[in-house]
Formats: sequence, C-alpha cells, structure tokens
Amino acid sequence: MIIELGHFALILACILAAAQAIIGFTLWRGNALADRFVSQAAILQFALVGFAFAALCQAFMADDFSVQLAVSHSHSLQPMLYKFTSVWGNHEGSMLLFVLILVLFGAAVAAFGRNLPSDLRTLVLSNQGMMVAAFSAFVLFTSNPFWRLDPAPFDGTELNPVLQDIGLAIHPPLLYLGYVGFSICFSFAMAALISGKIDAAWARWVRPWTLASWAFLTLGIAMGSYWAYYELGWGGWWFWDPVENASFLPWLSGTALLHSAIVMEKRNALKVWTIFLAIITFSLSLLGTFLVRSGILTSVHSFASDPTRGMVILAMLAALIGGAFTLFALRASALRSGGLFAPISREGALILNNLFLSAATAGVLVGTLYPLVLESLTGARITVGAPFFDITFGALMVPLLLLIPFGPFLAWKRGDLGAVTQRLMAAIIVTVIISLVVYGFMGFPISLAPIGLAIGFWVMVGAIADLVDRAAFGRTGFRQSMARLRGLPRTAWSTALAHFGMGVTVLGVVCATAFQTEIVTSMRQGETVDIAGYSITYEGEIHTDGPNFSADRGSYAVISPWGGERTITSERRVYPVSGTPTTEAGIGTYGFSQMYIQFGERVGPDARVARLWHKPYVLLIWLGTIIMASGAFLSLTDRRMRVGAPAKPRRKAKLAGANK
Amino acid sequence: MAWTRKQKRLGVIAGLGLVLALAAGLILTALRDQIVFFYSPTEIAENGVANGTPIRLGGLVMDGSWEQNGETNVFVVHDGESQMTALFNGILPDLFREGQGVVAEGSMQPDGTFLATNVLAKHDETYMPREVADTLRNEGVWQGEGS
Repeated sequence: MIIELGHFALILACILAAAQAIIGFTLWRGNALADRFVSQAAILQFALVGFAFAALCQAFMADDFSVQLAVSHSHSLQPMLYKFTSVWGNHEGSMLLFVLILVLFGAAVAAFGRNLPSDLRTLVLSNQGMMVAAFSAFVLFTSNPFWRLDPAPFDGTELNPVLQDIGLAIHPPLLYLGYVGFSICFSFAMAALISGKIDAAWARWVRPWTLASWAFLTLGIAMGSYWAYYELGWGGWWFWDPVENASFLPWLSGTALLHSAIVMEKRNALKVWTIFLAIITFSLSLLGTFLVRSGILTSVHSFASDPTRGMVILAMLAALIGGAFTLFALRASALRSGGLFAPISREGALILNNLFLSAATAGVLVGTLYPLVLESLTGARITVGAPFFDITFGALMVPLLLLIPFGPFLAWKRGDLGAVTQRLMAAIIVTVIISLVVYGFMGFPISLAPIGLAIGFWVMVGAIADLVDRAAFGRTGFRQSMARLRGLPRTAWSTALAHFGMGVTVLGVVCATAFQTEIVTSMRQGETVDIAGYSITYEGEIHTDGPNFSADRGSYAVISPWGGERTITSERRVYPVSGTPTTEAGIGTYGFSQMYIQFGERVGPDARVARLWHKPYVLLIWLGTIIMASGAFLSLTDRRMRVGAPAKPRRKAKLAGANK
Repeated sequence: MAWTRKQKRLGVIAGLGLVLALAAGLILTALRDQIVFFYSPTEIAENGVANGTPIRLGGLVMDGSWEQNGETNVFVVHDGESQMTALFNGILPDLFREGQGVVAEGSMQPDGTFLATNVLAKHDETYMPREVADTLRNEGVWQGEGS
C-alpha cells in the first residue's frame, strides 16, 4: 500500500513540476502570484519525492519482496544498513535518488532564496521544475522502482556483494549532491539568459550553490576513490576509468566556474564565460550520468546496464544542452563585460586558472570519448589507458599548481609580478629548504618524484604565506598580526584552506605513486616477508561466517620499522545467495601510510598467495580533499555569502582595506 | 610599463593561444602513442601483433585451462575459433572463472604467449565486457543480452 502511495506521490510530483515549469516560464515577469506558486510547488515536490523515496526505503528495510526492485537487489539476511543502501545500489533506485536531490536543491532555493529578485527566483525554479519533470518522467516510464511482483517470492536475490559496504552509504549520496547540485547553477544560468539580467549580483547569488555543490562533489569523488581503493582490492586509488572520469569532468569545470564567478562578482567581467561554464558543468554531469547508465564505454565499474535507457538519457541530454546552447548563442552577444584589467592581475591569474582547468577538462573528455568515436568511425577497438591521462593531465596541472600561490597575492585590475614574487620570497625559500631536507632523507633520488614533492610543498607553503601576508606578520607587532588574522574574512581563510588541501593531495599522489612497494608471493604459515622496512609473518587462516557470507580469514603479524607489532587480517568471502566471491583487503594504518594486504588463493595445505603493498603517505590524498571541501564549507558560512545578506557596515570598511 | 588597451588584449590572446596550442599538442601526441588496441585471439592469429606492444586481449577463459603454480597463473583465452595462452603473475580478480569472459592487459611474448600485466575484474555475474560480448557474438559463440 505504502509503495503505491509512493508511486502516486512521484506521479504527482512529476505533474506538479511540469505545471511549475509551464506557469513559471510564461508568467515570470513581475508576477507575484506565479512567484509564490513556483516556490510552493518546489517545496511540495520535495515533500512528495521525499515521501516516494521513504516509501521505497520502507519496502527494502521491511523486506517487502512483493516489490520487484527489492527482490532483485536485497535479501532478508543482509544487515539493516545494506538493506537501506540497497535502495540506491541499482539503476532505478539511484535515479530516484537523483530526482530527490534535484527537488532538494529546488526546495532549498525556494526556502533560502527569499532575498532573490522575484523574477530571477521564478525563472530558476521553473527551469529546475522542467528538469524535475523530465527526470521523474524518465524514472516513471523507463526505470520505475515501484513495480510489484506477483506472486511475491519468499526472498530476494541480494545486493551485489561488492556494494555491501559502508561506502555505498556515503559515496553515491555525496556524489549526487555534487553532480545534481550543479543543476541549480545551470538553472541560474538559464534564468539569467532568459531575463537578460546578468550582473555581479547574479554571480554573488550563484556562488553559494556552486561552492556547496563543488564541496560535495569533491568529497563524493574522494570517498568513491577511497572505497574503490579498499574494496576492490587492487590497491589502486584512481584508474582513469571512464566512470571515474565522468565524475571528474564536472569537478574540473566546476572548479573553473568557482573561480570565474569570483571575477564576475568582484569585477563584473567574464560574464559570458561564467554562464558558459555553468551550462557546461551541468552538461558534463549529465554526460557522466549517461556514460555510467548506458554502459556504452567499457569500464571496470560497469554494472549490468541497459542501452535503451541510455538512449533516453542521451536524448534528454541533447534536448537540454541543445536548448541551453541555442539560448546562449542568441543571448550571449548582448552581454557586455565591464571591468578592464591588465594581463598581470588577479583577474588575469583567475583566467589562467580557468584556461588550464578547461584545457584539462578537454583533455580528459577527449581521452574518455575517443574510443567511442574511433570505433564508430573506423571500427577499431581501443582503450585510452592511464598513461594518456597521466601525460596530458599532469602536464597541464604542473603550471597551474605552480601558479596557485601567486593568485591570491595579485591585486585586482593591475598587479605587479615583481612585487608579488618579493612577497612570496620567504615562501619560496621555505619550500626549497623543506624539499632539500626531504630529499636528504631520501638520499637525493633522480626521478620526477622530487619535482612533484616540491610542487606539493610549494602549494601548501604558498597558502600559508597568503594568510601570513594578509595578517602582516613581521610588518607589525605579533599581537596586532594575530588580531588581523582573526579579523580576516572567512573567504580568505577558505581560499588558503582549499589551496593548502590541494597541496596535501598532490603530496599524497606523488608519494603513493612514486614510492610504493609491492610484493606478490606465496607464503606458508609462519613464513616472513620484508617490505619497506616492515616484516610481515603469515600466521594462518581460519574459517568464519558472517550474517550473509562465509569467509576464509588470513592473519598477518606486522612489525613496523618502529618496532610496534599488530595483526592485520584479510578475507576472501563467498556470498552464497548469489555465489559471488569478494576480497576484503587487510589494511593497517601507520600515520599517513598504509600496509595493504590482499589474501590470495590457496596454493598448498598451509600456503596462500599474498599481495603486499606499502603505500607511503597515501592517506594524504583523501585528507587533502577533505581540507579542500572544508575550505568551501567554511566560505559558505561567510556572511557575505549568505544570499542577499547585507554586510555589516563596520566590516565593509575593513574589507575594502583588505582588498579582497 | 604602460600597456595600451590593444597590447593588453594581444597579450592575453597570445597567452591563451599558447596554452591552448600546448594542450592540443599534448593531447594529440599522447593519443598517438598511448592508446591500447583490443584484440581477440582470432585477430592476433590473423594479423599478428608486434611483441612487446601493449594490447588488450579479450575472450572466454577455456574450461579446464587454468593452472596455478604459486602466484603464477596460466590460462587459455579463446573466442570459439582461435586460442591464446596467457600468463599472469599475481592474484586474479574474484570473479575470474573458467568459461567466463575476461579482458587482460599486457603484451605478446617472443614465444607466442601473452603476458598479462593486469586482468580486469567484473563487478557482477551478469556483466560481460562489451568488446568481449561483441567479439563472441560475431564469432557466434555466445548470444547474450543487448550490447
């Protein structure tokens, strides 16, 4: 019964969203009634889709196997958490989650956008309504999660065991919050193009939404990467796989959008470009959805997929993006950019940032789609492997990373590179000293890795230098500087934090890539292997049973170079319901480094193959992304970020002085 | 240094052009050198592949062909017509099975076998790598759900 009510609620939401779009688009100009209708419709849609989603969750958690989706993706023996996450561990449910987040952002604009001009709000919500109508219709007609099965079987066929992990509770919701969050930026861009009012205020209104989506996407990608790292048991954290690229593309263009919106807000320049990026970013999110859902590209992440649904998404993508770019082409020429500036200036630096990020986006996009294009043109079947991405992406990131510390130091309009370099001299010296000390410990290796390390240190030190410079340490008294540091706008802190996080991630990537050690060997019980200063002894295996699986668990005694001993266990599991085997890697964390053990096949009565990795400083990769995201969240709490909230006059004077 | 408006604009455009040219050059060179072709055992038998060139080999794992010796694995990949012996050093993915589809990355050895550096896992039972599915359908070995 509840399932039918949920189904009905989704149908209602779809119709309501269509009405919202039609009424909003026709009556947006100065119509208070239309404004009220679309706002209330947005909130009502959230309630309806929320109810539909809750109804589906209820069916999964209560083991209602008269629901087809629950039969094919859940089982009564699964722990409660995995029954819940099974809801979106499949195509239909994840598309419903997609719609839920689409309406969540619409409702958020209706609820928190009270200070937006009435016309703009109406248009944004109408556009969002249009997308909600399209995607909920997609769910209802091609991927309906509410179908019943008659007669109902006694039990389900279980969620794919690889997905039975806490990661499924964290990664998809976060990723969707980011992916789909950019729909609001897209709606704002469309609203601006329709109304023709595109100014600095518009950029200020979009920025909180961009920041929030970007932060969620950052965390979503990072958590997905960590999940793949420990669950798939291959010891890798990024494979340049098409599905990974699909989530990374909107992140790159979203990062560009984040920076160009600053120029638009502060200097009323780069309008056309910012609007373009807002459209492109959401287009890339949709492209990602299409690539993942259609199974058109061979991916290690591919799940059983359905090409017909992919075609429907492709058609929706074409209509939405085609419409957006037509409107863009018609209106963009009418946009006048204000604010002239010299090439060496904050604006110039941000343009350079955008240029590198866009080029990187294009590179990753070409690499991802090239096999598809080549096959349809020549029939040759190829894969564009990791080396392609390492070369193109890496080469474009190096100059960008080198330039990061300069950006926040340059003045708006016209900057002085010489003066900035002088102010950064201390940071340069500190970076060189840190790098040399680290090289010394490593015995001055000849490879690319030391350059990577220096770049990571440079970005981190540069971020700190920005704060030190703003607080005028060394130029005024210590106490006065501390007071200035406390008085800095939160956006200054968040810039420094996000850039610092970037540096931390770079360090992690370089260390984990260049200095990891790996051994594959068969080990008899009691046999010891030495790797990177750790000594690892295989202590034997036991057989154990979990709630819905049985496992062989191998134990390894690990003695670290500092003498501590601990036991790491790694399992090979079999889930009898679907007969699927999985491997649970054994991971021991030492500071930021990890010992990663994969328990292999039996090769004798008391011997097993084992694959051992030492991953130095690998945790920095994800720690850095968390720092980046927290920088974005911190900046959301800045008073100036709150939509339409006037800055306190006392602070305004100070800010003008801080030149931010 | 006083910049005229025209010079500023030229400077910006020159900078943009430079970065774009760099990016395009990078992408094109890398595309020429860093792509990996996919072969079925029949295609290797017919056209041959230079030893040492990285390729992907796809097909079905022949029943009864998988032999393990410590961490060394030997198995035969076939597509109904031809077959290819593959060697892999390490732990095979959980879902590696005889009689199922497989994609292996690696290169041909002088002795005519295939040395795999990586064997791709599948996430679930119903998933068949698309290239493998296409190949097998063409060879008439397997009729599965859509491509």
